[in-house]
Amino acid sequence: MKKHLLSIDDVTADDIAEIFATAAEMHDVQRRDVKKLPALRGRTVINLFFEDSTRTRSSFEIAGKWLSADTINITGKGSSTSKGESLRDTVLTIGSMGVDALVMRHSASGAALQVSQWVDASVINAGDGTHEHPSQALLDAYTLQRRLGSLEGRHVVMVGDLTHSRVFRSNVLCLTKLGARVTVVAPPTLMPSGVTEWSRAAGFETSYDVDAVLPTADAVMMLRVQKERMSGGFFPSPREYTVGYGLTRDRLALLGPDVPICHPGPMNRGLEIAADAADAAQSVILDQVSAGVAVRMAILYHLLAGEGSAA
Amino acid sequence: MSATPTKLVVRGASLLGETTGDLLVVDGVITEVGSVDSTGAEVVDADGLVALPGLVDLHTHLREPGREDAETVVTGSRAAAVGGFTAVLAMANTSPVTDTAEAAERVHDLGVAAGLVDVHPVGAVTKGLAGEELAELGLMHRSRARVRVFSDDGKCVADPRVMRRALEYVKAFGGVISQHSQDPSLAGPTSCCHEGELSGRLGLPGWPGVAEEVIVARDVMLARHTGSRVHVAHASTAGTVEVLRWAKSQGIQVTAEVTPHHLLLTTDLLAGYDPTFKVNPPLRPQEDVLALREALADGTIDAVATDHAPHARHDKEHAFVDAAFGMLGLETALSVVAQVMVESGQMSWTDVARVMSTTPAAIAGLERQGRGLEVGSPANIVLVDPSADLTVDRDASVSLSRNNPWHGRTFGAAVRATFLRGRATVLDGALV
Repeated sequence: MKKHLLSIDDVTADDIAEIFATAAEMHDVQRRDVKKLPALRGRTVINLFFEDSTRTRSSFEIAGKWLSADTINITGKGSSTSKGESLRDTVLTIGSMGVDALVMRHSASGAALQVSQWVDASVINAGDGTHEHPSQALLDAYTLQRRLGSLEGRHVVMVGDLTHSRVFRSNVLCLTKLGARVTVVAPPTLMPSGVTEWSRAAGFETSYDVDAVLPTADAVMMLRVQKERMSGGFFPSPREYTVGYGLTRDRLALLGPDVPICHPGPMNRGLEIAADAADAAQSVILDQVSAGVAVRMAILYHLLAGEGSAA
Repeated sequence: MSATPTKLVVRGASLLGETTGDLLVVDGVITEVGSVDSTGAEVVDADGLVALPGLVDLHTHLREPGREDAETVVTGSRAAAVGGFTAVLAMANTSPVTDTAEAAERVHDLGVAAGLVDVHPVGAVTKGLAGEELAELGLMHRSRARVRVFSDDGKCVADPRVMRRALEYVKAFGGVISQHSQDPSLAGPTSCCHEGELSGRLGLPGWPGVAEEVIVARDVMLARHTGSRVHVAHASTAGTVEVLRWAKSQGIQVTAEVTPHHLLLTTDLLAGYDPTFKVNPPLRPQEDVLALREALADGTIDAVATDHAPHARHDKEHAFVDAAFGMLGLETALSVVAQVMVESGQMSWTDVARVMSTTPAAIAGLERQGRGLEVGSPANIVLVDPSADLTVDRDASVSLSRNNPWHGRTFGAAVRATFLRGRATVLDGALV
């Protein structure tokens, strides 16, 4: 594997298979009474979060701790003007403390890539603006693979605010890499610019019609619609969004009973996903969370400890 | 040689790349062209070099006052001279803004003191570049700086009523409004990547071409309505070219400039999130680049202007969306234009003289600049080696800043000498 995990483009299908194999071992560890492994003893992992996060930060923190790494959280607002300390100065300061891995979230797309060019540590992108969130995509694919077996040829439907979603961008790369057929659905105002050319080149499909694609779905991923997008700029009202694109109770009936339903969280129940769908037997939303810790343990392990079995 | 000969002979230059001849310069004025007697004169051997009139840049940011750590009038003048320029217009978005006669005179005087190129301050259109109230346009014009070009560059004069009044008002003294065409609601302050497939994939806020085109279209209609003159700064899209072509066909008084970087660099350079390539308007796709070249060659776009925008290193070492907009351009402009337009066969050296000297001087109303290499013209001359092998090294720049998108690129033409009213400011490619 490469030194950094900045994008799904940094891992091959073989790398992903290795990560998933390790994650499965870690998943077993999660069920033990004593969860700590010595694999990363003496290594230091800094969670550097310039943007608020609860689940991703705690997931990485638990992952690091269960591997016996020294895990430190640093939070702060990223500079949004050119007047404050430069990003380079900030990360050089932290990097100089002797860090093995920097798990980084930033509100700006590309920030993790830039930082990887400045510091010696391995950089794990825990979300950069509206660009990528590779560990989320890996845990989503891991969760689906456990449900569906191989993703080869399976039809995954992703619905939501694609323009502003790093989860979408990483997932479309990851799922197509694993052989899945991907259809993404959004109103035109929430489709990324140039998505027609992009989807053609990258081999995924786009649609404005969620009802047309759900019947052939082998899995569904609902994406969060951010509050700040609801004020009428991108679509007229939350009610209209739900009618057009929400996973409502009626749409749940379009899905086969074994079609897993994913959501990266936090959910807007009643907006993009009805409670009936979120809590359905086929929902894997909480499995995603527990898989998140296992997959992040596997990522840290492969980037920092090298080859071999960890558990 | 002495830096200030009273009698100078430029020997054996290819004049505008057409005929070989000598230029005799006496007391800063060309007095003879052809085969001249060099008795008693300093002689500059220009064998194999192309002589053009000194270049005129309608669009630079010299950062003084306010950001003297990024550039000063002196260091910007040096970069201009090295690039073959004898006159530059210095944009108003300094701190404080050039929106009063006093501020304009200060920049003017700093330019005179530097003495390397004529520095003409551009006046702000609106007070503090706020886009609301007209700045003291007339007083800036009446000042020692004789301001003729007004621009809120960096910001668009977005309010159509304010733009209309500015266009009307400057008619009284032959002024021109140079517009930074960016509809602020279609391309806001975070918009930093050409809106298209790449911005969608990279998750960078898009800056769509249409945000420029709607302002250009609006402004040419305002220029027609008011009978005024408008200048389009840094045209960057094929759509803007279409609007300009139509407007000119209607006899509307519109002129436009294009930057060297928009003639060569493309949006795909942003794939690595390197803020060196962050500029406003953003780098565009190849189809826009080709349309801009064609428009420059056929006269739809009138001039090349650098938008030289130095920045301190730390202002570029932020996340891409937070980093400063802009790139250096003065030292490399002629080399880029030669590669893109002359070496490709799209333009002659005479055309280069037109778009980089004569026409920009006319747009800015600079009577002593942009004149032909003719008897009676002020001896503002640049000598270009058209068969050079120049690899740009950002650390060799005379600018204070290093945000150089041309670093590591190789060009086949290079400025060898620059003369400002007969006085060499650059010889053998280096400052005198």
